[in-house]
Amino acid sequence: MSGSNSIETLANQEYKWGFVTEIEADAIPRGLNEDVIRLISSKKHEPEWMLDWRLKAYRHWQTMKEPTWANVHYPAIDYQDIIYYAAPKTKKDGPKNLDEVDPELLKTYEKLGIPLKEQELLAGVAVDAVFDSVSVATTFKEKLKGMGVIFCSFSEAVQEHPDLVRRYLGSVVPSSDNFFAALNSAVFSDGSFCYVPKGVRCPMELSTYFRINAKDTGQFERTLIIADEGAYVSYLEGCTAPMRDTNQLHAAVVELVALDNSQIKYSTVQNWYPGDKEGKGGIYNFVTKRGACRGVNSKISWTQVETGSAITWKYPSCLLMGDNSVGEFYSVAVTNNYQQADTGTKMIHIGKNTTSTIVSKGISAGHGQNTYRGAVKILKSATGARNYSQCDSMLMGDQCGAHTFPYLEVKNTSSQVEHEASTSKIGEDQIFYCRQRGISSEDAVSMIVHGFCKEVFRELPMEFAVEAQKLLGISLEGSVG
Amino acid sequence: MALLEIKNLHATVGEREILKGIDLTVNAGEVHAIMGPNGSGKSTLAQVLAGRELYYVTGGHVLYDSKDLLAMAPEDRAREGIFLAFQYPVEIPGVSNMYFLKAALNTIRKNKNLPELDAMDFLNLIREKMALMKMDQTLLNRPVNTGFSGGEKKRNEIFQMAVLEPRLAILDETDSGLDIDALKLVASGVNAMRSPERAMVVVTHYQRLLNEIVPDVVHVLSEGRIVKSGGKELALQLEAGGYAALGIYDEAEAVGKA
Repeated sequence: MSGSNSIETLANQEYKWGFVTEIEADAIPRGLNEDVIRLISSKKHEPEWMLDWRLKAYRHWQTMKEPTWANVHYPAIDYQDIIYYAAPKTKKDGPKNLDEVDPELLKTYEKLGIPLKEQELLAGVAVDAVFDSVSVATTFKEKLKGMGVIFCSFSEAVQEHPDLVRRYLGSVVPSSDNFFAALNSAVFSDGSFCYVPKGVRCPMELSTYFRINAKDTGQFERTLIIADEGAYVSYLEGCTAPMRDTNQLHAAVVELVALDNSQIKYSTVQNWYPGDKEGKGGIYNFVTKRGACRGVNSKISWTQVETGSAITWKYPSCLLMGDNSVGEFYSVAVTNNYQQADTGTKMIHIGKNTTSTIVSKGISAGHGQNTYRGAVKILKSATGARNYSQCDSMLMGDQCGAHTFPYLEVKNTSSQVEHEASTSKIGEDQIFYCRQRGISSEDAVSMIVHGFCKEVFRELPMEFAVEAQKLLGISLEGSVG
Repeated sequence: MALLEIKNLHATVGEREILKGIDLTVNAGEVHAIMGPNGSGKSTLAQVLAGRELYYVTGGHVLYDSKDLLAMAPEDRAREGIFLAFQYPVEIPGVSNMYFLKAALNTIRKNKNLPELDAMDFLNLIREKMALMKMDQTLLNRPVNTGFSGGEKKRNEIFQMAVLEPRLAILDETDSGLDIDALKLVASGVNAMRSPERAMVVVTHYQRLLNEIVPDVVHVLSEGRIVKSGGKELALQLEAGGYAALGIYDEAEAVGKA
C-alpha cells in the first residue's frame, strides 16, 4: 500500500558536513606496538609515569578480547591497520591564541557553524576544540582561571597539573576496564581536562567539539572532569565528522568524579558520520563513559543525543557511592539506514538513599537497529535506594528494529525499582492527522519525534537543545515520503 | 457555484472496492448529511476527500473550488480549506495541543499570504474559540488527544475546526461516543460556524445528530453509492423505519442475504 511504502522511503539526506580539510598531518606509521606508544608519549613530551601507565594498559590490552556481546555487527577491525596518532602541524610549538591557529582549521569550524571567535565574543561558551588529536584553541581560559577552574587539553593537564591527573586518571575507568578502554588508555592522543575547585560554580557551559579529520586516524579521546566539594559544572560535547569511505574507529574514555555536594552535568550531541544509505563507511563509536558520585549528596547527570556513527557502543554510567547521591541518564538514540546502536547505562547503587533515573528514547528508521541495554544494580549497602527507568522505542517503517535488555539486581529489601517500557510505531495515521491540519509530512515527523524525545531534550542546555532538534530532523529527513 | 463536485468516484482499499460511483454536489453555505449503514462507505468517502493514501481512487474525479482535488496532497487540501473532523482523533504524545494547533493555523495562514500569528495573538484567538466549545484551558497544554476522553477528543476536533475556519468541513461520525450533553455542545459549536461561505458534510449513522445540526440535504449511502437524496425529512423517515425500510442493510447483513 502506498501508505506504508511512503514510510519505508528512506533518507536521501546526504551527510551535510562531509568535507575534508587540507592540512598537513603529522602522522606516525600504521599499527600498534610498544614503540608506537613510546613515540606518542615522546611526541607529547610526557613524563615517565604517563608512559608507564600507557604501557601497562597496552600490555593488558594484548591479553584482552574484543567484546562480542553487544547487539551490533561489523567486519573485524584490524588494529594493526590504524594510525594511532596524527596532529595538525603548526608553525611553532603550538598556537598561543586563535590568530596562530591554522586558518584552514578555523574555516572547518566555521563550516560546522562553530565560529570560535564568535563564540568567544557572543555565546559565552568556552570551547576547547579538539581537531584530530591535539587541542588547537582554548578560549575563556583566563576568566576560568580567575575562579580557579582548570579547563584545558588533556596533554596540557599532564604537563601543568600532573598531581591532579595522576590522582584521578583511571580512578573511575581503570585502564583494564574493558577492551576499548584499555586501548584508549594505551594510545589516547588528547582530550579535555576540567577541575572545578571547592565551592565554585562554573559560570559557563564548558564545551568541546571533536572532529575526526586525518584519513584513517582513529580517535582516542580522553576526558577527565573533577568537581570538588560543593562545585558545579556543566559540560557539553558535540561532534561532527567528515565524509569517509573506510570505517573509522573511535574509542573514547570519559571519567567524571563528583565529590561531596557537587554536581556534574555532561551533555553530548553525537553526530559522527553514520555511513551512506547502503551502510558503507561511517564511524565505529566504542565509548566508555562513567562517573563516580564519590561524595555525599553528589549528582552526575548524563544527557546524550546520539544521531551519528555507523556503530554506537556506549553506556554512560554512574557509581553512586556517596550517601544520597543521584545518578541520571537521559538518552535519545537515532538509527537510520544501516546504523546500529547498542547504548544504555549502568546505575550502581552503593551508598544509602541513592537515587537514579533512566529515560531512554530509541528511534529506529530505515534498516536501523537500536538496542537499549541498561543495568540497575542495588547493593546490600544501598538501603533506601530508588531507581526509575523508562525505555521507549519508536519505529519508523518495518525494516528497522528496537531491542531492550534491562538488567536488574537488587540486594536489599528497602529499595524501590520501577521500570516502564513501550514500543510504538510512528503511525501513518499520526502523520495523516497532521497533514490533514496543513502540516507537511516532514514537519509532522519532526513534531512527532520531538514530542517523543521531549523529556530528554528538556535536560539539555538551551543552545544544545536547539542543535539537537535540528540534528534529529536532519537524521530522519526523508524517512517518510 | 459548487464548492465541491464529486463525479462517479470509485475507491478501493486493498482489493476491495468501497466506493462504487459517488456523485455529489455541495454548494457553499449548505450542510449535507451523509447517512448509511455500517460498511456503506461513509467514512471512506470522508477519508478520500481528505486525501488518505490508504484508499486508492480508481475512477471519477472531484473538483473543489474548481481545482482537481484528487491531485492535491493532503496538507495542500487542508491549506486550501478542507477540514476533516476525525471519527477517531489521533493521539500525538509529547506534542502540546496548543503547539500543534498553532503550527496548523500558521501553515494555513501562510497559504493565504497572511502573516503568522505570534504567541499572544494566537492565545487571544483560541481563548475566544475555547469559550465557544466550553473547553478547559488545561486541555490546551496537554499533548494532542493523549489521555483525552472520547468526548474531549470530539470537542477538540470541533475546537480545531473553529480555530482553522475551513471552507469545507467534513465531520466523520462526530456524534459517536458522545452523551447527549456533549452532543449538544458539539452541535452548537458546529452550528455557530454555519455561514454562507462555508459548506459542511456531516457523516453520521444516526438521526440524533441531525436534530441538532439540521441539514439542508440528506443522502443515503449504500454499498458505495448514494441511493437516495432528499431534504431533512429523509433523515426522519430513516429514524422511524430504519435503513431496512429503504431496503438497505449493513454490509455484513447484506453479504449474509446475498
